[in-house]
Amino acid sequence: MLGFQPDDEQQLIRDTVAEFAREQIRPLAHDADETGLSPPSVVRQAWDLGLVQSTIPEAYGGVGAESSAVTGSLICEELAWGDLALALHILSPQLVTYPVIMLGTPEQKAQILSCYAGPHFTAGTAAVMEPRFDFDLNALTTTAEQHNGEFVLNGTKCFVPLAADATHLLVYARGDNGITAFLLPQDTPGLSIGEREKNMGLKAVATYELSLDNCRVPASSQLQGDIQPVLNRSRVALSAMAVGVARAAYEYAREYAKERRAFGTAIAQKQAIAFMLAEMATEIDAARLLVWEAAWKIDTGADATREACLAKNYAATMVLTVTDNAVQTLGGHGYIRDHPVELWLRNGRGFATFEGLAII
Amino acid sequence: MIDFSLSPAVKKNRDLIHAVADGTMRPISREYDEREHEKPTEWLNMMWEASKDMVSFGEGKQKKGADRKAEMVERHPSERTIRSAVLIEELSWGDVGLYLSIPHPALGGAAVAAAGTPEQKERFLSRFRDGEPKWGAMAITEPGCGSDSAALTTTAVQDGDQWVINGTKIFCTSGLMAAEKSEGFVVVWATLDKSAGRAGIKAFVVDHHTPGMTVAKVEDKMGIRASDTAMLVFEDCRIPLDNILGQAEVKQSTTGFKGVMATFDATRPLVAASAIGVARAAVDYVRETIEAAGITIRYTTPPTKLTTLERDFMEMEANLQAARLLTWRAAWMLDQGIQNNLEASMAKAKAGSMVTQVTQKAVELLGPLGYSRKTLLEKWMRDAKISDIYEGTQQINLLIIARRILGYSSQELN
Repeated sequence: MLGFQPDDEQQLIRDTVAEFAREQIRPLAHDADETGLSPPSVVRQAWDLGLVQSTIPEAYGGVGAESSAVTGSLICEELAWGDLALALHILSPQLVTYPVIMLGTPEQKAQILSCYAGPHFTAGTAAVMEPRFDFDLNALTTTAEQHNGEFVLNGTKCFVPLAADATHLLVYARGDNGITAFLLPQDTPGLSIGEREKNMGLKAVATYELSLDNCRVPASSQLQGDIQPVLNRSRVALSAMAVGVARAAYEYAREYAKERRAFGTAIAQKQAIAFMLAEMATEIDAARLLVWEAAWKIDTGADATREACLAKNYAATMVLTVTDNAVQTLGGHGYIRDHPVELWLRNGRGFATFEGLAII
Repeated sequence: MIDFSLSPAVKKNRDLIHAVADGTMRPISREYDEREHEKPTEWLNMMWEASKDMVSFGEGKQKKGADRKAEMVERHPSERTIRSAVLIEELSWGDVGLYLSIPHPALGGAAVAAAGTPEQKERFLSRFRDGEPKWGAMAITEPGCGSDSAALTTTAVQDGDQWVINGTKIFCTSGLMAAEKSEGFVVVWATLDKSAGRAGIKAFVVDHHTPGMTVAKVEDKMGIRASDTAMLVFEDCRIPLDNILGQAEVKQSTTGFKGVMATFDATRPLVAASAIGVARAAVDYVRETIEAAGITIRYTTPPTKLTTLERDFMEMEANLQAARLLTWRAAWMLDQGIQNNLEASMAKAKAGSMVTQVTQKAVELLGPLGYSRKTLLEKWMRDAKISDIYEGTQQINLLIIARRILGYSSQELN
């Protein structure tokens, strides 16, 4: 039966995360971007919220909460509203835990999940993207070839968050039957992690290029089963974050427009600005509903590939338009780093490119 | 709950209406686009017979108890608007011009239902339960004012036990059928006191064939040609005193006018639903055509590697669904009794621009096939544009959204 309101439990989680984003993340976002450092204190506090541990089954030290994609999209939007880079940092262990929960064998679960159920943040990550203009998840250039009961991985990955600190890296590659993924410990021979990357946005979260040179991994490290549901959850998570970034920019621009005066009135009283804000508000809501629908479809157990792709494309376009309009609303001031809108535009630009940086 | 599934009852209704749209509307769609100002009498009679028992404009429980469909609506009041939105999408998928021409109380009926007394509801709405097909209509727009309805100049003056109405109304949907071709009625907006501004504006029910009311012109239009759009002239048109909707006294407050505007919160999601039906017709047609040509849409491929056709098509699909979800949200809020002024305007603004863009893009994508009158695509593009104009233009809806999100009055943002 149709409904557009989170249930009581979801609303409680949403309010809690929203408060955390407002009180703990947002005040640190500017300095984190300038210095390129995620404040350890905020990562620790976020860990204490239990967002990652809660979805790990009790048998492996977690809480065993149901991992609803709808609830996940509410969390992602609020965290990204606070700051996208810090949100990605905080949720990065899920890049390992979710795929293992969804597809892992009992042995893989026992080996991996308990590492991420402890009292302290433990970095885990996934290597999905590749440094090519025509990067395509369906046509990865990183290969996995089977040899005498083990796999040999070759290729180059980029945009791997926290790779240098990660206990496990989930490496995506092209196998005999399409896309597949392997769980690699940090010290796997043949895996080398390069210099920290310098990007237009997401400066606070450390990302790395890494190379796989005849990297031999046992067959037992391969995730079994269809990986498409993992990719769908990733696309929905990123789309929800795009909504959060866009909402942050829209709200800031709206309040600025009510304060800033020109020609005797607030600029928000001019239709040129007011209509822009009205369209921003409408498009943010439209994108959120597409995200929710894709997440809801995932939760029903149906194939949500199409919905997740449409939502991601829509949200990626929307966030760019909205953050750009937010900078435009502030005029010259929007271009100055004292205001956060230029940061949101830099972060927003990435969504059309990002794959696999977050999973819910 | 966040849930995007329709109830089994609504789905069942939708499937039924889809069969009607596909089986009876599509086959005559082109004919009544070409034969503007003619009516598909047989089809209208059929729709009248099928739908008259379902009329449920708040006039209370059906006395006769004969109609199960109406009872179903009564039993599920929380689904009324969403159900209407879903059914209107199907009918508009069939043909939006024909949908608009269905004998129905329509906007005039909505005004009576919203502001009328029990006696007025019985007097004007009960006629839609039996007899010959009838139409209701609403006359607000004038040659000198459209969106700025507070500026209307049609007057109503009391003379003994009658109101005397003078003025000219245009763009009145089904005005011809309501005023002269059936035993329907027209709800006319007029001012009792021009100096009182909005507070002086009242709605009056003018019954069919009332002397002094004439259809001066039926417009030739770009699209929705199966639906008549009339100019009504009122010259010393006399109606009973108790045909006024609401209070006759002119108060300082503008609650009466705001009441009128509030009816738009209920009707805008339905106009948006109609736009979505037209857009879906175009999207379905494009999908069938390209699939028949052996082209598969590669949803998981990055946009930078897609063909322009695929990319445009996926954008059309996403835009259509975005508008549909905004519309369903606005309809759902109304059913839940939640104030939806902002969301209704968001739905209408998005659906109006979406259907305009989607149908224009569809014509472009199918090249010569799209531009030809041999297919219905060019018709849908012409039909689409009105959705961005009537029931509040794109710009008026943006203005309403902006006022709501900024917390501005109409004086602060105009």
